[in-house]
Amino acid sequence: MPDSSPTPQPKSRNAALRKGRDEAPAERPSAVELFLIFTRIGLTSFGGGLSGWLLREFVQRRKLMSEEDFLNGLSIAQALPGVNVTNMAIWIGYKLGGRNGAIASWLGIIVPAAIVITLISTVFTALAGFELTHVALAGAACAAIGLSLSMGLVAARRVPRRVFPLAIMAATFVAVAILQLPLIWTVLVAGSLSVAVTYHQG
Amino acid sequence: MPAIAISILLVFLPLSLVTIGGGQSAVADMHRQIVDVHGWMTASQFVDAFAISRLAPGPGSLLATLIGWRIAGFWGALAATIGIFGPTALLIYGVAHIWSRFEGARLLKALERGLRPVAAGMILAASYVLINSLDSGWIGRGLALASTALLMATPINPLLLIGGGAGCFVLLHMAALI
Repeated sequence: MPDSSPTPQPKSRNAALRKGRDEAPAERPSAVELFLIFTRIGLTSFGGGLSGWLLREFVQRRKLMSEEDFLNGLSIAQALPGVNVTNMAIWIGYKLGGRNGAIASWLGIIVPAAIVITLISTVFTALAGFELTHVALAGAACAAIGLSLSMGLVAARRVPRRVFPLAIMAATFVAVAILQLPLIWTVLVAGSLSVAVTYHQG
Repeated sequence: MPAIAISILLVFLPLSLVTIGGGQSAVADMHRQIVDVHGWMTASQFVDAFAISRLAPGPGSLLATLIGWRIAGFWGALAATIGIFGPTALLIYGVAHIWSRFEGARLLKALERGLRPVAAGMILAASYVLINSLDSGWIGRGLALASTALLMATPINPLLLIGGGAGCFVLLHMAALI
């Protein structure tokens, strides 16, 4: 395979030969590198689209994992509880760097962004004396709801057009929005029912 | 760790396991716990924090960090962050660890497909709760819907959209319409 490659990279090939036969084609990033990559993604992403960012960085640009591996991880990250992007950080970090890689990636996506959000909030608090701050923030909040609602509509559009999944979606909406039942029980009941039925349908 | 931080941790730990999808799904329940049950914030403080969490980069669930920070400073932020991200981090770590042994792909597919309608219902419910908590009336609701339409129809940068929403309100305010 390396011989047919149009642009051979002697350095990484030698490194791979030194380390053994089963090495990945590219050099594996260290835990520190993973931390820095995820820090950069965490700090430059606004309002969503993070999975697309990760795909571009890890699969297309750095070629650190195959697209299939990535998509496998993405479907699991979406199916399991937890925020998609932090789940993906752990999944990718584990694949590329084992336990330390997973921890470094997780800290990279959360800690710097957590510090930034408290700084932003402090700036807003300092400006809280001005009436315009609240007006501007109220306008920002209205527009930001669009991010949540459009994501809900995209997710709803991907629900199969069959009675059972649509009924589960509607029941979940009513339970949370109208009846205001605790989310955890709604998820446990609707989620396990839905997963069980989907499983038996094959 | 102060007592209030322990209370915050205990509120966010179970919420962690119901963040499915983008993490938006837990916002409705966060609102219920923080505003209605514990009274740690007013509804408008919560909406302020929500707006900041959408303006800021990073995962949307950092809203939890911000709420913790607003309620109890550093320890509150730390407790909320560990609470909202910790349990699910251990879960996905465990799954990644034993993934090689997971040959029963059927169960995983059932999990993914089965949870999809639940996640969609929860995200829509979160949006509904947020729209209802707006105190800027029909102008605010109209702006929220317009922003949704723009996001669905165009590849607009969300940061621009949020800044645009803020600018829109400032202009309306100066025109004495709100």
